[in-house]
Amino acid sequence: MRIRDVRDILEAEVLCGEEFLDHEVTSACGADLMSDVLAFVKDQGILLTGLLNLQVVRTAEMMDMSCIVIVRGKVPDEKLVDFADSRSIVMLRTPYTMYTACGRLYNNGLVGVE
Amino acid sequence: MDKIHLQYNVDGEDFTLAGEASSDVRRVLRKLGFDGDTIRRAAICMYEGEINMVIHASGGVIDVYIDPDSIEIIMADTGPGIADIEKAWQEGYTTASQTVRDLGFGAGMGLPNMKRYSDFIDIETELGKGTTVKMIIKTRS
Ligand SMILES: Nc1ncnc2c1ncn2[C@@H]1O[C@H](COP(=O)(O)OP(=O)(O)OP(=O)(O)O)[C@@H](O)[C@H]1O
Ligand SMILES: [Mg+2]
Repeated sequence: MRIRDVRDILEAEVLCGEEFLDHEVTSACGADLMSDVLAFVKDQGILLTGLLNLQVVRTAEMMDMSCIVIVRGKVPDEKLVDFADSRSIVMLRTPYTMYTACGRLYNNGLVGVE
Repeated sequence: MDKIHLQYNVDGEDFTLAGEASSDVRRVLRKLGFDGDTIRRAAICMYEGEINMVIHASGGVIDVYIDPDSIEIIMADTGPGIADIEKAWQEGYTTASQTVRDLGFGAGMGLPNMKRYSDFIDIETELGKGTTVKMIIKTRS
């Protein structure tokens, strides 16, 4: 699946990283506690989260994740978006809740990493 | 390649800066041409340790020694120390406050993650004195 497809499935808005929308992703992880994300070293994927601070971007960076999805329509401040942009990470914002967003992606074939 | 030594002072006051040092080491390892798996393991181990230094201690000093076949990370703080190290190693054990959890930490997964991704880890800690974490990540080629 491409990040572009993730955007469409989640009816998401692209906050930054427009130029990377054709990147392929094969797995995703949804969490609000970053060490839960760091527990699964797998291939580059997507991080879905409701957390809005710089550590979200750092965690994605450490994991070589290429895309962060902010759930439930939360609005990250400009600093956070700029930081993601500086790390070449796509940031999307979806109106769906964590549960629904994960479910929609899973239904469309994007699996977890256990 | 000669052994490279990097040193970082970690600010214990500013949570937003936590992870800067790990991010820098990741950049250096990339530039040196280390493989992706090794870089990721080293970055995660150091990042977990760096976050711990900021949320549980009050910052500290990190020394990183880079060899072609291993990365050694030594993280020393003068924080409160770890009261029960046996428990601290367990998945899910945390003393983090709600404030820290709201920041996205406190899953009690940091030390287990560091153990999982390093090839060697040792923690020396003394109550009221501080904690020193030493980790070695070996390249696997
Ligand atoms: N440098 C340190 N100084 C003092 N206490 C520490 C330090 N590092 C870890 N601890 C103690 O060990 C516990 C477990 O640490 P660990 O990193 O596994 O989990 P956590 O930091 O609480 O949560 P997470 O890492 O999942 O965000 C901490 O809650 C804390 O009580
Ligand atoms: Mg921790």
